[in-house]
Order: sequence, then C-alpha cells, then structure tokens
Amino acid sequence: MSDEEVARPAAPNTLEGTQPDGTPARGAHEPPEKDITDGGPDMVQFLDGEGRRVPVTEVSSPYAAYLDDLDDEALKGMLRDLILVRRFDAEGFALQRQGELGLWPSLLGQEAAQVGAGRAMRPQDYAFPGYREHGVAWCKGVPPENLLGMFRGVNHGGWDSGEHNFHLYTIVIGNQMLHGVGYAMGVQFDGDYATGDPERDTAVMAFTGDGGTAQGDYNEALVFAAVKNAPVVFFVQNNHWAISQPNDKQFTVPPYRRADGFGFPGVRVDGNDVIASYAVSRAALERARSGGGPTLIEAFTYRMGAHTTSDDPTKYRISAEVDIWKKKDPIDRMRKYLLAEGIVDDDWLAAVEEEADELARRIRHACQTMPDPPHEEMFTYVYAEQHRLVEREAAEFAAYQAGFEDEGER
Amino acid sequence: MTSTTTPGAAPAPTSTAQRTTIAKALNAGMRAAMERDPKVLLMGEDIGKLGGVFRITEGLQKDFGEDRVIDPPLAESGILGTAVGLALRGYRPVVEIQFDGFVYPAFDQIVSQVSKMHNRSLGKLKVPMVVRIPYGGGIGAVEHHSESNESYFAHTAGLRVVSVSTTDDAYWMMQQAIASDDPVIFYEPKRRYHERGVLDLGGGVPDLADAPHRLDEAVVRTEGSDVTVLTYGPMVKVALAAAQAAELEDGPSIEVVDLRSLSPMDTDTIEASVIRTGRCITLSEAPTFTSIHAEMAAWVQEHCFYHLEAPVLRVGGYNIPYPPSRHEEVFLPDLDRVLHAVDTVLNY
Repeated sequence: MSDEEVARPAAPNTLEGTQPDGTPARGAHEPPEKDITDGGPDMVQFLDGEGRRVPVTEVSSPYAAYLDDLDDEALKGMLRDLILVRRFDAEGFALQRQGELGLWPSLLGQEAAQVGAGRAMRPQDYAFPGYREHGVAWCKGVPPENLLGMFRGVNHGGWDSGEHNFHLYTIVIGNQMLHGVGYAMGVQFDGDYATGDPERDTAVMAFTGDGGTAQGDYNEALVFAAVKNAPVVFFVQNNHWAISQPNDKQFTVPPYRRADGFGFPGVRVDGNDVIASYAVSRAALERARSGGGPTLIEAFTYRMGAHTTSDDPTKYRISAEVDIWKKKDPIDRMRKYLLAEGIVDDDWLAAVEEEADELARRIRHACQTMPDPPHEEMFTYVYAEQHRLVEREAAEFAAYQAGFEDEGER
Repeated sequence: MTSTTTPGAAPAPTSTAQRTTIAKALNAGMRAAMERDPKVLLMGEDIGKLGGVFRITEGLQKDFGEDRVIDPPLAESGILGTAVGLALRGYRPVVEIQFDGFVYPAFDQIVSQVSKMHNRSLGKLKVPMVVRIPYGGGIGAVEHHSESNESYFAHTAGLRVVSVSTTDDAYWMMQQAIASDDPVIFYEPKRRYHERGVLDLGGGVPDLADAPHRLDEAVVRTEGSDVTVLTYGPMVKVALAAAQAAELEDGPSIEVVDLRSLSPMDTDTIEASVIRTGRCITLSEAPTFTSIHAEMAAWVQEHCFYHLEAPVLRVGGYNIPYPPSRHEEVFLPDLDRVLHAVDTVLNY
C-alpha cells in the first residue's frame, strides 16, 4: 500500500497548517492534514528520519540552545538509554507471552519521547506517569525489574515513589494529571520554585497519551494548572492510537493547539527525535521551575506495538501505517547521527548491545524469582491506622488458613 | 468503651463552655487544626470570602490566607485530584464538597485513587485528607442537594466514613479526622448545622487526647431496655425524640446508639446494645437497599441471632430518587415511623 492509502483525512474543521509567519492557521479553508504520519510545520525537530541534523527553523530555534548542553557523553548516554529501554520493554513483552506476566504495555516506538523528557528532568523534579512510561522510570532511576511486579500480580507498584520522584503507575486514564498539578501547587506553597537555585527549584511532569486528552481529569488539570500558574509540564505522547481508536476519534484539534485555549503554551515535538524531545522538555521544565507556569508538550510519535499484550492491532490498523513509522525509528536515527558524527563507533554499539543482553538476563531472572507476597499482606496496608473490620477479617483469614496447615494440606 | 451522653446536654460546665452551633463547632475544629499544623489547608468551592454556602469556613481565609483556604476552579474531580497531589507533597487537605449530590464528579478520584494509594504503595504513601460533605435532606432544596450517599464510600476499603450529630462531636471529630493519616469522608448533617449544644472551646489549641471519644467509637446516646435504634447524623435527633416520647407515654424503653463512624463501624457497641435489648431498628435517611442499614441489619443477625426477639427493621428513605421537597415530610423518617417500627418489633 502507498503512503496515500494510510493518510486519514482530518475532520473538515481541523485547524492544521501554519501561516508563513509560523503562527497557527485558522479557518476551515486550510487544506486538511494529508498524512497522519507527518507532524506538520509546527513540529520541533532536530534530527530527520535519516539521522541528519535539520536546519534550525523559526519553530525550533527557541529550543536549539539546549542542544549546546548536550556533550558527546550526554548524547551517547541517550542512545544507550534508548537501546536499553527497548531491550527491557522487549523482555517485558516476552515474559508476558511466556506466562510470567499477566499483562505488558509496550513502549515500543516511544523510547525517544520518554528518554528525552526523562533526561530533561532534574532529580528533584517529580514525574506522574500513566502506565507505559518505562523509559521515564528508567531515567528517574527506578530499577526496571521493579516495574514488573504489578504486571506479574505481586503488588500494585513495587517502587518507592518518594525515593525516585516517580509516582506509581496510574491505570485510570487521566487521574494522574491532577495529582501532578496538586503536587506542583504544593511545590509553590513550599516556595521551591522561582528561587534561582538549581538544586531547589522544582517542576512536575505529568504524562498521558492522546486518548487521555479526552478525559475530564486531563482537562480539569489544565484548567487548574493555568489558574494557579503551577510549575507543571503536561507531556502528551500522541502515539496515534487509544487502544483500537485512531486519534481522529479523540480530538479534532491536535493537543498542542488546545493549550492555547487553556492559556499557556503548547508545542509539538517530534517524539521520535530524542534530542528534540529533550530540548523542548528542558525549555518547558525550566520555564515551570522559574515561575513561568505550565506548558503542554505533544510528542508526536507512534505506538509500534499493541496497546497491551491483550489486544491485536492487526484487527484495527493497517500494516502500511506501521511500515511508515518503522522508517522513523527513534533508535535508528540517533544511531546514524552519532555514527556519522563520529561520537560512537561499532565497538561502542557492540558494548551497549552486550549491556542490553545482560540487562535482559537480569530482568528475566528477577521476574522469575520474584517471590509471591504472603497472603496476609493483603490486609496489611489497607489503612494507615487501626480499622476494626480489616483487623477482624485478617484474624479470621489467619485462623482459617491455619486450619489447613494443621491438616497438612498446604 | 461507650458512655451515655445526650446531644446538647452539657458536660460539666466550665468558665469557657458556651452554647454554640454545629456549624460554629466545625469552624472552630478546623481553625484549631490549622493552628496546630501548618500543613493543613482547606479547599472547596466558595469557601474563601463567602465562607462556603453554609458559612462553615467563615473567617478562615481572612486569618490564614488564600494559600491555606483555597477557592479552586469549579470542578470536583479537579479539587479531589489536586488534593491527592498536595497530600503526596506533605500537605493535609480538607476538601469541602458543596452539597452531597455534587460529589459524584469526584467519585473516581476518591474511590480509585484516594482510597487505594496507601495500599498500592505498600504503606509508603499516605493521603491524609478529609472530604467534608454536607448531606441529607429537610432543607427544602432542589434536586442533588439532599442526598445521603454515605454507603458508596463506606463500601470502599481505604476510606473512613464518619458523621457527626452534636456540637461536641463536630468540634472534636473534625480535628481527629484531619489528624488521621487515613482519608476520611466527613458527613455533616446540613439541617442540623444551626442546632446548639454546649461546647468547651477553651483557649488556644486543644490537645486531641482530651477528645471525649475516639473517632471510630460509637456512643449510646440514651439507654433503654426494650429496643435498640442504630442511627447516626441527622437522624440521631429523631431517634432521641422517639425515645423521649415513648418514655413520656410509659411506652417501650428505647436505646439510641449513635454510630458516629460508619466505617469502621463500632460493632462491639452495636452487639452489646442489641444483646441487651433483644430488638433492633436501623434508622437513617438513606434508601435502605444495599445501605448502611443493610450492613447493620446483616451484622446484627450474624452476630446476635440467638438474642433477637424479632427481625431487624430498617427505617429509612424509600428506594427512590430523593423526591421533590414537597414530599420530604413523608420521605424522611420521622418520630412516628420510628415508633411504628418499635411497636412492630415489640409485637412480633
């Protein structure tokens, strides 16, 4: 199939395209979006699909300075992150297929958006994820094996969110956007922003997908953030599919444009370009930390796999669309770029691949040897303080179970 | 432990004791909590300059500032969701829902997030917040302003659900709820806001150890020997009136148990009372089907079966949407319906 055949005409009132001066075009006379794989002229991009630096444009120039901060080590670190996160994700998928996990939500294709955002965050910045943000978790220092517990069914989130400033995964779409705004309001009350102290000034980044932008909580979060001028960055990974629904069923105005209606800037970034994702995130986080208020980032990317291991994308989308996005692969382009620049070589890449193999082995071993929690733990953390009913049931449960032990049945 | 007190009856009067309303006692309780802990902040629609539509937060923004008494955008899920974030940052938000029927947009945040955060994090996270809900009917309001929806929240593990019926409880339970590390759904009987009782407000910030009862403790409001009425919130007054009327007419002796806490329910006090009287009636404004009524009745039959002389009867709202206010008089349980139920269980 041709590219033409995968193009989904936008709804007639879609406000796509820009004026020659770069401002958003308004009006139904604009031609509809031709191709859902094209982020359009508003999209900030520094690396094209072939890994070549694209000229700085009026749209990307506000972010170009942040690339100066990226020395060779930082660039290599990002490529390493992309490769290791993808390998971790692949292992998660395989473990689910082998019956070790009940479910796995793959981030395949979204590595650059997440690593770019994650590497832009400072240690004190707090992330509020959905449930696919394995790359952000990686950047925030959450041991990847800890992400498996909830999908294996041994807990509801096996990491200390306060230790990593990475909140537990949130399954109900959009809930966490409000938590992020509330946390950011707390940052304001604590005076931990706009002080000029880079160790102290704090921002929050709240993550969701394009499907999440339809939720009430998402929209309420944007209202609260705007009114409170909260130090929060909304990071929407537009991966183009909300389970089986394409995003022309989620919105008629793309997410970055909607920020304008809430009263703060929105920017679309190439989510498959890790350095662009980094630069745009840095700019937004620094704006938030310095008291400038919220920003909405739409990372224009693609979910290469299924929504989770439970669905079958061949039932709802055509392979030609996937093939086009394969050519935009975030790892390929970063690898080509760093090879061409002489920043990495084949030996370095081989060493990272070896590291990825080791990571995969570690993950697999950790998953397979993860102990089941003692059943009585079900009752342990329901309340922070004494609760008569829970205590009573815990005691009844223990007595009932002890009966089996007496009979030697366990 | 239970004790015998009557709403409005004075504890030993002291120089600082005064007659005050439930509304003012709630306000004083919040003020004391805010003075005790700088992390306590209030959030709710119109609670600042206006002091809330019922004036429960009157004067607090003036004294504590707009960062501690927050007028948020008009969005209940937004208020609850941001309160979660504030709690995660170390604050203790006290959220006001303007009316009972307006809590539903925030239902998802309360039952999906607030109630489960401590459990999901294996105890590492706490969301110590209070959700204040003025509830119940009897004020001639339009729809969505008169509901008793406490069963939804009592059904959700991780939440504590309480309801006050006296000035004393309003003052102390508010402070106990705010001090609790668990999220508390705090039901305020709106038609009792302006009823008075004697309360010793003392001076300065009180010591919570001086509270007359624990937050999760039921109280026998008046003792009796023939039938137990299990009730809470706005219906405590109705139950006491029924007990008094029966006594005046040399009728049956009615014991009134004020649950105070719906989750956890003080089942020890319930069982002790029913075992003593042998008969039991549940009383609240809530529709009876799958309700706090239903839980109380089930508990009593499960744990007091051999002591019962009659089935447990439920006196409550009918299982219909809260009706237009011209029907309130017959929809809401009153003294006559309680006495009719008393006669029924005695004649069983």
